[in-house]
Amino acid sequence: MLDLSNDLHTYLLIGAFLFAAGFYGILQRRSLIGMLISSELILSGASLNFMAFSRFLAPDPTVGQIFTLFIMGIAAAEAAIALSIVIAVYRNYKSIDSEDLTDLEG
Amino acid sequence: MTAEGLTGLVFLVMIAITVIGALVATNSVRLVRSVAGLALCFIGVAGLFYFLNSPFIAMMEMLIYVGAVCVAITFAIMLAEPRSEDKPGKQSGIGALFGFFAAGLVYWGIASIGNNTTWVSAQSRVNNGSITEIGKALLTSYSLVFELISVVLLVAIIGALVLARTGRSKNNA
Repeated sequence: MLDLSNDLHTYLLIGAFLFAAGFYGILQRRSLIGMLISSELILSGASLNFMAFSRFLAPDPTVGQIFTLFIMGIAAAEAAIALSIVIAVYRNYKSIDSEDLTDLEG
Repeated sequence: MTAEGLTGLVFLVMIAITVIGALVATNSVRLVRSVAGLALCFIGVAGLFYFLNSPFIAMMEMLIYVGAVCVAITFAIMLAEPRSEDKPGKQSGIGALFGFFAAGLVYWGIASIGNNTTWVSAQSRVNNGSITEIGKALLTSYSLVFELISVVLLVAIIGALVLARTGRSKNNA
């Protein structure tokens, strides 16, 4: 039980689970916000992997932490853009179901 | 109970919170519950970051993800009012099963790579990975990336404002 929190494989398995859960959610969800939530899960799994490798393997332990900080910044920007796109889509289509967005304009 | 046993118990609780939060986030029907599961999952991930010797990143995870991203998604759900999630699913059981198997295949692949590789740890550490070292590295080695992130965030703010505003003006006109 003590070794579990000090083992690289534990964190790799949780990161893989988060990635797979996000992948399943993106395939499964039909609404745009549900897909956004699932993509946040995927980013979270990736940053957990970076943190684990930085803690256990890297010669410079700050690299993974800084990479995780940058992932957080990118994810916040992505969430802001995606949510404003969702709201603009909802104003035009009155729906955020991905199967209803079938019109092209241009 | 010894301190090590208590630490192990807290670690198991954090793993359980992460897994349950991820399952709720992907499987619940209502989107509000899904966001709550996402916040739960991020709290668990912040606890795991704490176990990875980086309390600063754990705090940033709580601040940015739980405090900002989840609240922003909640606002979007309130504004967009996704009733479409409630109507009976047009999706066939075959599609859900296929998605489940694809995700299981992804999990199996990544987990087997992680388990079967012999990871070589570094011979020596150049620093201890504390907040001081993170700050030094952010302002020396990664200063250009740091500035670029701020530019990206500025562009994202302006882009979000423009996108939301054009939708409204077109609707009103």
